Amino acid sequence: MFDTLTAGARELKFRDPEKARGLSRALEHVCREIGREPVSVMHVCGSHEQSIAKYGLRTILPKALNVIMGPGCPVCVTDMPEVDEAVVLAQDGIRIATYGDMLKVPGTSLSLADAQAQGARIDVVYSAAQAVELARDTTEEICFFASGFETTAVATAAVVLSDPPPNFSVLSAHKYIPPVMEIVAEMPGTKVEGFLAAGHAATITGSALFERFVERHKIPVVVAGFEPLDILAGLVKLVELVRDRTPRVENMYPRCVTPEGNRNAQRQLWRVFRTTGGRWRGIAHVPNGNLRLRDEFARVDARRKFTIDLRRLWSHAPSTLTQVCICGDIMAGIASPTHCPLFGKECVPDTPVGACMVSSEGTCKIWHQYGGHPDL
Amino acid sequence: MSARVEVSGAPQPSELVTLRHGAGGRAMRLLIEDTLAAGFVDMPVDGIGLAAMDDGAALRIGDRWLVVTTDSHVVQPIFFPGGDIGRLAVSGTVNDLAMMGATEPLGLTSAIIIEEGFRRADLERIQRSMLETCREAGVPIVTGDTKVMGRGELDGIVLNTTGVAVTSAVVSDAGLKPGDRIILTGSIGDHGIALMAKRHDLALDAELRSDVAPINALVRAALQAGAGAVTAMKDPTRGGVASALHEMAEKARVGIVIHEPRVPVSPVVRSAAEMLGLDPFHIANEGKAIIGVRAAAADAVLAALRAHPLGSEAAIVGECIAEHAGRVVLDTGLGRRLMAEPDGEPLPRIC
Repeated sequence: MFDTLTAGARELKFRDPEKARGLSRALEHVCREIGREPVSVMHVCGSHEQSIAKYGLRTILPKALNVIMGPGCPVCVTDMPEVDEAVVLAQDGIRIATYGDMLKVPGTSLSLADAQAQGARIDVVYSAAQAVELARDTTEEICFFASGFETTAVATAAVVLSDPPPNFSVLSAHKYIPPVMEIVAEMPGTKVEGFLAAGHAATITGSALFERFVERHKIPVVVAGFEPLDILAGLVKLVELVRDRTPRVENMYPRCVTPEGNRNAQRQLWRVFRTTGGRWRGIAHVPNGNLRLRDEFARVDARRKFTIDLRRLWSHAPSTLTQVCICGDIMAGIASPTHCPLFGKECVPDTPVGACMVSSEGTCKIWHQYGGHPDL
Repeated sequence: MSARVEVSGAPQPSELVTLRHGAGGRAMRLLIEDTLAAGFVDMPVDGIGLAAMDDGAALRIGDRWLVVTTDSHVVQPIFFPGGDIGRLAVSGTVNDLAMMGATEPLGLTSAIIIEEGFRRADLERIQRSMLETCREAGVPIVTGDTKVMGRGELDGIVLNTTGVAVTSAVVSDAGLKPGDRIILTGSIGDHGIALMAKRHDLALDAELRSDVAPINALVRAALQAGAGAVTAMKDPTRGGVASALHEMAEKARVGIVIHEPRVPVSPVVRSAAEMLGLDPFHIANEGKAIIGVRAAAADAVLAALRAHPLGSEAAIVGECIAEHAGRVVLDTGLGRRLMAEPDGEPLPRIC
């Protein structure tokens, strides 16, 4: 299953400290040429933040460069009513299959983990395919509570198209990234001068998808991979485009991403899903930001297959702590976790208040684990 | 007694003990401090008692120390690549004694609780494994207890071992000082990853083997070479190296800097951990030790460890500093960050 040689070679190639220092010097140089600070750029991917934090890259970024983590964690932007839908289905005796990260995401009054502790059946799965296997092995109703961006939505689309058994359904909380970039770019007082786009999503959508965005907003977009050198090289290219005032799309992940993307995966994605507007937790209503099943797949759509009455969860007011939570501002790049009065006190990974403290891709969880920007 | 109406039937999650409380991380430490150890920590003990939250206890007898430790073992699967529950039960207790500086155990007890329907052949296999491991460690089992419970009342088998030893010099896990070097006696993550691969049927168990082994002879070699310069020891079992280092840093109020490129991790463990989204620093080990040693003696201790077959990959991986007291800083070779402290059972991450 693994090729350890390949893993070793990959590490040498994309984690080389010497090359990293070279790129760090290049970043410093370009930022000096820009001659003002801060230069603010945003990435929209939890995996980028994971990598930046895991390798301690922020300690070698120039002080003048502000790399903001945007709304790039699909678990974090799952809205409370979406969690509520899953909780209600679980309480009604339907087995919920979902990714482990979704368990602790707070709903209006309960998370799925809370529902589980009270007797509901929740199965943690590692793929959409595994959820279908569960359904095939039983006569019980299995509902796959599906989260994630384009990448995981394609996997969900594939199982919907592969003739799943009648006791299988999908509750889609899938989100689509490009529209939320528009929201951030149009926010009044936005500081974002460039976007680092997620390499894995772009393997499916293709880098050319961002051309229209760049044309409309005159903000450069660089597609980057996830190894430390991928990220640093992507940032160098991005600040060069900022310096030269030449907004365009650059693909710095050509070993995986093509301009047109994976046409076959796109066909599957859009055959099964349509975009609709909806709230992203803490961010805003995002037009075309949600992926929902098309009418022809109504029989696998949990929202049509079952009557989901959310009102019974709303007899309890949401905890007052959630009103203090600033996850939204953090995901919009306006605030840092340390600005939040709950961070590290009432809100910790064990007892998260906001979704950003739940997911391993959430800014608050990552900062809690790795210390954010400590001076080390 | 008046009748009470239950407003809500289901207990709140915070009222229940969860698996997280058994995972060796912060949640477990809090459960022990708040509930299990409450009251006992205030009772006078001549030596190292419960209040120290160390690997075992050390009780003064004249000018020497009686070291006692106990450990219960539940593991799924019972037989795994590189070992089994019997080898684990003997090694775990022998190693906890060794971590207190007591490398010549006098004897072990063995208490076994078996589920009705357990196969006798498996029991014999576990017994043979315990015997073999005891011979390796040079310790007899001197007394025991056996119970059988009904089907479904426990999962297969639970093994408890208690060990006693006498030593003239106790090493705690709280003795680090700024300037001390941190030595790891070998590669990390082997045990936990081998088990997870087996448990999740990951089809890569051919190359993955648990490191479970009694390391008292290895530790003895280090202590002899260090001649009083070994300041702290801990075995990085549940919670992995990260948990152990955090505990050592917090107890000694020092900062610890670890240089990630120097930490031995086998390529297959590294790949498997990366694939599962796990951090090798959080993964359990059952045949390794973290040894703090004065800088001047570090090379001598390292040489003694490397001369032993179980320490051939030993490395000096870090040092203690006065700054960042209670924290562990990881130098990744690319930059620096805090080492994450595990919380709960490490679960494979999906996206």
